[in-house]
Amino acid sequence: MSFEIRAKFRVDRNNFKLDVDLTLPGRGITALFGHSGSGKTTCLRAMAGLERTTDGYFALGNEVWQDEAQNRFVPPHQRALGVVFQEASLFPHLSVRGNMSFGEKRAPLTERRFALPQVAELLGINHLLERPTTELSGGERQRVAIARALLTAPKILLMDEPLAALDLKRKLEILPYLERLHRELAIPIIYVSHAPDEVARLADHLVLLDQGQVVASGPLNAVLSRIDLPAAFADDAGVVIEASIAAHEVDDLTRLEFTGGSILVTRRPEPLGTWLRCRIHARDVSLALIPPTQTSILNCVSAVVVDLAPTETPGHVLVRLDVAGEPLLARITQRSAHKLDIRPGLALKAQIKAVALLA
Amino acid sequence: MESSDLGAVWLTLKLATVVTLLLLVIGTPVAWWLARTRSAFKGVVGAIVALPLVLPPTVLGFYMLVVMGPNGPVGQLTQSLGLGLLPFTFPGLVIASVFYSLPFVVQPIQNAFEAIGERPLEVAATLRASPWDTFWSVAVPLAKPGFLSGAILGFAHTVGEFGIVLMIGGNIPDKTRVVSVQIYDHVEALEYTQAHWLAGGMVLFSFLVLLGLYTFNPARRKTA
Repeated sequence: MSFEIRAKFRVDRNNFKLDVDLTLPGRGITALFGHSGSGKTTCLRAMAGLERTTDGYFALGNEVWQDEAQNRFVPPHQRALGVVFQEASLFPHLSVRGNMSFGEKRAPLTERRFALPQVAELLGINHLLERPTTELSGGERQRVAIARALLTAPKILLMDEPLAALDLKRKLEILPYLERLHRELAIPIIYVSHAPDEVARLADHLVLLDQGQVVASGPLNAVLSRIDLPAAFADDAGVVIEASIAAHEVDDLTRLEFTGGSILVTRRPEPLGTWLRCRIHARDVSLALIPPTQTSILNCVSAVVVDLAPTETPGHVLVRLDVAGEPLLARITQRSAHKLDIRPGLALKAQIKAVALLA
Repeated sequence: MESSDLGAVWLTLKLATVVTLLLLVIGTPVAWWLARTRSAFKGVVGAIVALPLVLPPTVLGFYMLVVMGPNGPVGQLTQSLGLGLLPFTFPGLVIASVFYSLPFVVQPIQNAFEAIGERPLEVAATLRASPWDTFWSVAVPLAKPGFLSGAILGFAHTVGEFGIVLMIGGNIPDKTRVVSVQIYDHVEALEYTQAHWLAGGMVLFSFLVLLGLYTFNPARRKTA
């Protein structure tokens, strides 16, 4: 059953303003993306009920947790939600199992959806259950914190930069588990982040926040491919496409099919038919008016120019392309744009120099 | 050791135990409030709690004598309730000691509560624990070292008090004559041998308490 999340918060403190009014999908991962001070964490805390905004409304489907117009405010401990903070914040006086069952014990029996062994398995922490929390690595602690939040029988999972305090190695250790949550859980996840690669890898829906205001909110690619936004992603501008493995070719390449065509990548271990997320940076896409034949670049798709806009990078423009309905961004120099007379409606070839596979 | 000495030791231990238990009951909510409040009265209450640290016990004893005496408000209340007067009784001594040892129990517990920080309490709330539940299942266990320090300091300090006992309790054998007063009596009577036994016992006791406090009180565990 699908439902909508409605979130409306207004905070006006002397040096900080937040004014958001969001309608979010009741499934998948919604990323709240923005720089520090953009209000994304405050927004998440308001959703959790840890902060009470003077003018606020928050509802999951028809379950209203805050409606200041009706003077309704459900305190956090009465909300069916799980929160994962930046630091794992495990209780030091309890074992791993004690931490995990803390919320489980307090969740109504009828609402419990996951059992402890099942969640421990999902997050790969079976072997840690009897340990004191002081003996865990950073990545393990965060996985225990996620398990603890899941066991509290949440209807929504709120994650506040859960990877920000970890080094790259630990991040890569946790990301697959987050993707598993995404695939295997039916509950919506609100994911606060300031890391473009995490957002590209995990999010289905993207909310861009800047100085307490919502700059954009929509399906991931619809937002990523907008070229009119202030340079939220700057050098990381690009799109994310979902592609399935169509063939493993003899010369150690794998052919991926997506709506707009096919692309070749270095051989992948996954079986045929597996869906993969790929990220194509605007800086890795170049344009040609006639099909380039004598080139080392393998991936070349037909595209139509939708529009173009200046970028933060001096001398460059961002070109939005339509590849059989799928958006693609290209960043080229102003000089090239003039030389090729790039204009809306122009049909051309987009060469893709690099594809980053996210899963 | 004479029977009066044993009586004094027994009375001292009884007083210190009762006072410590009462202080844990009274001091914990005070410490919690002081640790968590943003009220403007925090400073005032904190200062009042800390007063016994700087005041001479005679000052405190004098005022308590006045307040609990026949013409004092508390004295009149206890008389109208048919309880008689509190000065020179064991309950009177308990009340005076509770005030006198309050900061020694409140401050360690308050510090321990403050050291917990906001995060574990927020985490508990998101794990469906009510504030009352959170207090018992998270705050108290995390503040355990503070409770231990507070209890030991409160007990030891009550054992060691003299001035306020003399003011409020006087010197009634088996009722208000505690060890410190008994030593004073022995010295006055030039009974140095008996004084040595009790005084030496106090030195040993105090040393052991402090040794225990510094040795076994675990360093605060790092919060996860």
